[in-house]
Amino acid sequence: MSDQNYTPKSKLGKWFNDRLPLLTLRAHLTDYPTPKNLNYWWTFGAILTFFLIAQIITGIILAMHYIAHADLAFESVEHIMRNVNYGWLIRYFHANGSSMFFLAVYIHIFRSLYYGSHKSPREVIWVIGMIIYFLMMCTAFMGYVLPWGQMSFWAATVITNLFSAVPLVGESITNWLWGGFAVGSPTLTRFYSLHYLFPFLIFGLVILHIWALHIPGNNNPIGIDVKQPSKDTVPFHPYIVLKDLFALLVFLLLFAFFVFYSPNLLGHPDNYIEANPLVTPNHIVPEWYLLPFYAILRSIPNKLLGVIAMFASIFVLVILPWLDTSKVRSAIFRPLYKQFFWFLVADVIILGYMGAMPAEGIYLLVARVATGYYFVHFLIILPILGYKEKTLDIPLSITDPILENSTNQSLAKEQINKK
Amino acid sequence: MKNILKPILLLAIFTTISFSSNASEQSKKLLNLEWSFKGFFGKFDRASLQRGYQVYAEVCSACHSMKYLSYRNLAEAGGPEFSEEQAKVIASQYEVTDGPNNDGEMFTRPARLSDNFVGSFANEEEAKAANGGSYPPDMSVLVKARKGDANYIYSLLLGYDDPPSDFTLDEGVYYNTFMSGNKIKMAKPLSESLVQYSDGTPATEEQMAKDVTTFLAWAAEPHLEARHKLGFRTVTYLIIITILVYFSMKKVWSRIETEV
Amino acid sequence: MSDQKKTKRRDFIFTASYTLGAVGVGTAVWPLIDQMNPDASVKALSSTEVDLSSVQPGQSITVLWRGKPVFIKRRTEEEIAKAKQVDLKELKHPEKDEDRAKNPEWLVMLGICTHLGCVPLGNKGEYGGWFCPCHGSHYDTSGRIRKGPAPTNLEIPKYEFVDNNTIKIG
Repeated sequence: MSDQNYTPKSKLGKWFNDRLPLLTLRAHLTDYPTPKNLNYWWTFGAILTFFLIAQIITGIILAMHYIAHADLAFESVEHIMRNVNYGWLIRYFHANGSSMFFLAVYIHIFRSLYYGSHKSPREVIWVIGMIIYFLMMCTAFMGYVLPWGQMSFWAATVITNLFSAVPLVGESITNWLWGGFAVGSPTLTRFYSLHYLFPFLIFGLVILHIWALHIPGNNNPIGIDVKQPSKDTVPFHPYIVLKDLFALLVFLLLFAFFVFYSPNLLGHPDNYIEANPLVTPNHIVPEWYLLPFYAILRSIPNKLLGVIAMFASIFVLVILPWLDTSKVRSAIFRPLYKQFFWFLVADVIILGYMGAMPAEGIYLLVARVATGYYFVHFLIILPILGYKEKTLDIPLSITDPILENSTNQSLAKEQINKK
Repeated sequence: MKNILKPILLLAIFTTISFSSNASEQSKKLLNLEWSFKGFFGKFDRASLQRGYQVYAEVCSACHSMKYLSYRNLAEAGGPEFSEEQAKVIASQYEVTDGPNNDGEMFTRPARLSDNFVGSFANEEEAKAANGGSYPPDMSVLVKARKGDANYIYSLLLGYDDPPSDFTLDEGVYYNTFMSGNKIKMAKPLSESLVQYSDGTPATEEQMAKDVTTFLAWAAEPHLEARHKLGFRTVTYLIIITILVYFSMKKVWSRIETEV
Repeated sequence: MSDQKKTKRRDFIFTASYTLGAVGVGTAVWPLIDQMNPDASVKALSSTEVDLSSVQPGQSITVLWRGKPVFIKRRTEEEIAKAKQVDLKELKHPEKDEDRAKNPEWLVMLGICTHLGCVPLGNKGEYGGWFCPCHGSHYDTSGRIRKGPAPTNLEIPKYEFVDNNTIKIG
């Protein structure tokens, strides 16, 4: 890369850079050649970075006021909401921020799937991303337990009981997780500790994720490699920085709507009732972003198999780069895959919806079909599609289709489709 | 291509919507009031909050605690905004246990502004024993803890009715249209002119239900007005800066489009 | 000409974005800082009432007010006289005893050394008042600094006598 040759102009800068090449790093990050045809679906990486940092900051602040004890947790959250200066703002930011984080991560993941960003040579970026995603789910789940409302308590009970499905040692594992014979104060305190730790693990993995990204460089909507950096790419700063910033601000508008005008819309009323080990709410549901996995769990009538299916549904994503056998990355040039992509989107939405409904009758039936399709998509359709699908002609370079026909990219795409 | 995608997505959305409307039709539709605190600029009606406190203090508080509120809240901005003197007088009508004193004994004293609302029962068990075995829930965040929030509380208060002829009720259980299962252990709490409003508002059942619901909505969300105000400023700011950044971006990108 | 105009407009948009962005970030940081200030429930705990009926002349009690120790000393005639005799010119921080103890029998002050916040010991030190063991500050029977590193006299909180035997601090 060109920035390897970077030397600082000032003497002091050179002295420091020889010892710790931070200035080289900065130069690399600002000059990082980015494909110029990235669309707005590519801005979610920056949005996610913002939300990770924002969640860590607001989380550290909430930890200054929160008390992780079964008798005091609910009260301390009310204390934050009522007495702490701007406590209501910081808590609503943190609670809704997690939803925004997941919304952005789902868009980020489906963007990858659509444009084939998980394929060679970017498999490692994808796998790290999936580990981040899994840690995010753990973090969000443990965070949801902390307010110690009814949903917190029963979510903790149900999810930790997943481990009781393990043959022979199941009960020992759950007792170990709880630090007792049921979810209680020790459970809450350890969840709090881990909820504080995990975001920093995620942060570290994000650095690896970006590092791994900067080796091959970004994928792009056309899914072909950069041929001529001078023509096909733009420096990250200011072009991509401004674009990301613009997208972030638009996303923040949506976020502001939730924080200021519907802060409890994505929550559940039952979580404003203090945890009560004697009464289970009539209908318990996880947060919306975990619903598809919850639906998969419930659609299998066997306890152990249900748990296995749920974890398998995440694991299948990890090995996706090796299941998707097509050499062509972008769905733009894969007419059949494009359809199956949208089938998958619909399937996951349906699964999410079924996760929120009672597990009975028609809901259960639909959830089962959707669960089946989810695995069929990854394990059968994708491998076969790679061999059978007749892909469209691929342009020679990122610049070519744009220059030959029009500066308007969508026009160019349509022309490609017509071919 | 796109001809196939659209129907699929539409189908997914349609099934989602039709299922959810099915689900909500299971219980009777709640009464719906035009609450002054809803909407982007929503604010509480001060007079209603003050009357609502009166209803809470004279009626509800006999059974329901409100342990996360304190008397100073009554005088704070965005709430009922009683004067500090009024709030002090209100507080002094209640006795709190304090201590231990120099002799190691607990003693009672009149409540101060910094004290939390005093409940009628010492603990949950006592409350249960006094109320036929069911615990009257704490009302501090009750509005946020019920689906349908303010409308639900309002509906429930006005939802008492004679049971249908084939409906059997046990002793100490009452019929309520809006309670799930229609059985409620709380006797009908409101009746015409149960309280006497000092501002001369006629104390009809609807009026009292509305006032006390407003009060409870404030109690659950005491910073609602500050939130709406800050939200308006934030959104305004975000719109302006978004437009500016958009034009900055266009300017910067125009370099590329001409140079290439 | 038009190029210049264009440049100006571009500059304006960038400057405006930067400025407004900086204002926004600055404003957004305030709640993150302000949350560490004393919260509403702490501020409300402003006063505490103390029963003095069991305090004998010469005795002192220490009570907690806003998380800080408050010394309430019932002074003897001798101690009062000693405090009143002092020539103001000798003092590092000149204050009359009458101004420090409205009711000369009762001296009420924060038990926090004005040097670095330790709690001074009673009936100690070269002036018969208080002595701070941390860095050796000597206070007299009116709680005024006489010797050592502390810059000012022990602070007097706001207080009032509710009746003869009860004092309300704050």
